[in-house]
Amino acid sequence: MNYLGIPLEKPKVAFFGFTGCEGCQLQIANKEETLGDLLGVIEVKNFRLISSDKADDYDIAFIEGSITRDDEVARLRKIRTQAKVLVAMGACANLGGVNNLRSRFPLEEAKQAVYGDHPIASGPVRRVADVVRVDIELPGCPISKPEFEWLVRQLILGIEPQFPQYPVCVECKQRLNSCVLDLGQICLGPVTRAGCNAPCPRNRFGCWGCRGPAEEANYQSLLEILREHGFSDRQIAERVNFFNAFNGVEAMPVWEKNGSSQLSAPVQVKLKGQNES
Amino acid sequence: MKVKVEEPVKIEVEHIARVEGHGNIHIGIENGELTECSWEVVETPRFFEAMLRGLSIEMAPMLVSRICGICSISHALAGARAAERALGLEVPEISQKVRLLAKHAETLQSHTLHLFFLVAPDLLNVGSVIPVLGTHPEVIAMATRLKGYANEASNLFAGRTTQPMAIQVGGMTKLPRHSQLKPLLSELEAIIPTLWTALDLFKTLPLPAFERETEFVSLRGNGHYPFIGGDLVSSDGVQRGEDEYRVMTNEYLVEWSTSKLARLSRESFAVGALARFNNNYQWLHPQAKVAAGELGLAPPSYNPFHHNLAQLVECFHVVYESEEIIHELLEADWRQPSMAPLALKAGVGVSAIEAPRGILYHSLETDENGTIVSADCVIPTGQNHANIHHDLQAMVPLLAAEGMGKEMIGKRAQMLVRAYDPCISCSVH
Repeated sequence: MNYLGIPLEKPKVAFFGFTGCEGCQLQIANKEETLGDLLGVIEVKNFRLISSDKADDYDIAFIEGSITRDDEVARLRKIRTQAKVLVAMGACANLGGVNNLRSRFPLEEAKQAVYGDHPIASGPVRRVADVVRVDIELPGCPISKPEFEWLVRQLILGIEPQFPQYPVCVECKQRLNSCVLDLGQICLGPVTRAGCNAPCPRNRFGCWGCRGPAEEANYQSLLEILREHGFSDRQIAERVNFFNAFNGVEAMPVWEKNGSSQLSAPVQVKLKGQNES
Repeated sequence: MKVKVEEPVKIEVEHIARVEGHGNIHIGIENGELTECSWEVVETPRFFEAMLRGLSIEMAPMLVSRICGICSISHALAGARAAERALGLEVPEISQKVRLLAKHAETLQSHTLHLFFLVAPDLLNVGSVIPVLGTHPEVIAMATRLKGYANEASNLFAGRTTQPMAIQVGGMTKLPRHSQLKPLLSELEAIIPTLWTALDLFKTLPLPAFERETEFVSLRGNGHYPFIGGDLVSSDGVQRGEDEYRVMTNEYLVEWSTSKLARLSRESFAVGALARFNNNYQWLHPQAKVAAGELGLAPPSYNPFHHNLAQLVECFHVVYESEEIIHELLEADWRQPSMAPLALKAGVGVSAIEAPRGILYHSLETDENGTIVSADCVIPTGQNHANIHHDLQAMVPLLAAEGMGKEMIGKRAQMLVRAYDPCISCSVH
């Protein structure tokens, strides 16, 4: 492979799914117009969703899903020892995502609600970064297909990826969408990290914050606007906690406790560079 | 059953590839006897039914669509429709049409993904679609054209293929415009010849001959091939209304599966494309019937590998029916409300949807503030697990008796699991 006369190595890449819906991996397989090109610039070593061929000599590991069971912890640690670069992919991997909604209830209560007395193994919802060191966080629920390809290009070219620091609101305005706040909906676009190109407001549907917080977000101002529009703190809290994207952001309202249940220890939002193994 | 193979055979497939989610196959043959033959579901549970409790009902479609990355349109629809039935909301007719178009786009996307990317490598004797890019570029070109259209149609009708946002409680957040429908219609018309070429390809790829008579459960057609709501039917003669779905599912737990299993009249039943084909053949689009005829597929088929052929037949149905619905939409006035206004009340709503992998049920119960009190989701693959297990137990001794070697038995067992297009993470949810 060669780019502007410079020889480039095909990175050896692997994809792994943990506790999640596999929608992020599917986004990659579903990019048919460029799938051939993508497969031409990377060497796929492990992609169980689409391939029976597997090898363990990969350099870049893409991890989808949260970590909830002990065997997943062991599997993830093993991947970390092999991977030179580990990318946590999607909201479940980076934030806990919707999996964290069950942390509103004690684990035993959640088990009882779904499985009754039948024994079932599960543990607390953990982000990938709660278990191993994460090198790159690719945000979104699901990840954005163009952003994934952009990231692969950066990795091949050896450029440190810089994700947008500004909020979804900027991209939304660039697309000349009608403002969904003005349409009477809750929208977290003003405080959520851009890079998705605002597909939800494009479909007249407010942003739910799946990509996590924008670096320079004015939470107070958004709260004022939402309250002015007549939304209760409960409604706002329900929305901001949906993907667990703003947990630890003090300005944002915390969900009321649910009956006898307690909120589990919050998964703190870590900004770039703060990940620890 | 006595089998010919003398030396002990041990087949362990951990995390079978080219299926969605995590499952294992265990096969053991000793002294000519089958000592073990099982399908094991090891996916981690996510507890969606617990998560839903305490949420506002209008959040249901956004959450339940996260049950599955492949059939998220079906889950969003099932969640929205369960909420609408709990609240007594009437979805505007035009939005119902757009929903069916979104559903058809998902069915085409999911079926072509399965047929070309997950099944075809077995039939072409390779490990994945990646080598097929080099050896059979025309097959990949076909797949990308069909899937490309399906994804574009999903984007237009549902907002996105994976995790759609346009399907919400009350209707659709947005309707497609004439100026968007017309180019999509041209693209749809352009993929019809590709579909017939795909049919010619799959006619040449032989599927294993194995039959095990089983019960098939699906929505019951009534004037049309059903996808969204209506009565429930089994090939053993059970018929129920949508609200009585629990009569059809009878979920139970076993130690070898983190997914719940289901049964009705026998030890197991099957749902999915073949169940729909067998139960509702008469309502298929005439062109889909022609395609079935060319494939030699006629109801009832008891060969589980025919799930794949039925999927291809359904691709014809959804493409030809989409063409008709888009023509209707082009005649309709789109400047009308796409959503019924939300009015909260206490209630219970059940929704049955034919997801790509089979019949899917969501049930939501709300209090007078519209807060979800209890929820239940019964997933197609959860209903198929027991049938897969019993198919394996019936098929493996036959293969061993034929003198088939370990490697081929392992491969065939994986093909059998794959034929059902299982969505394992969905089934555990």
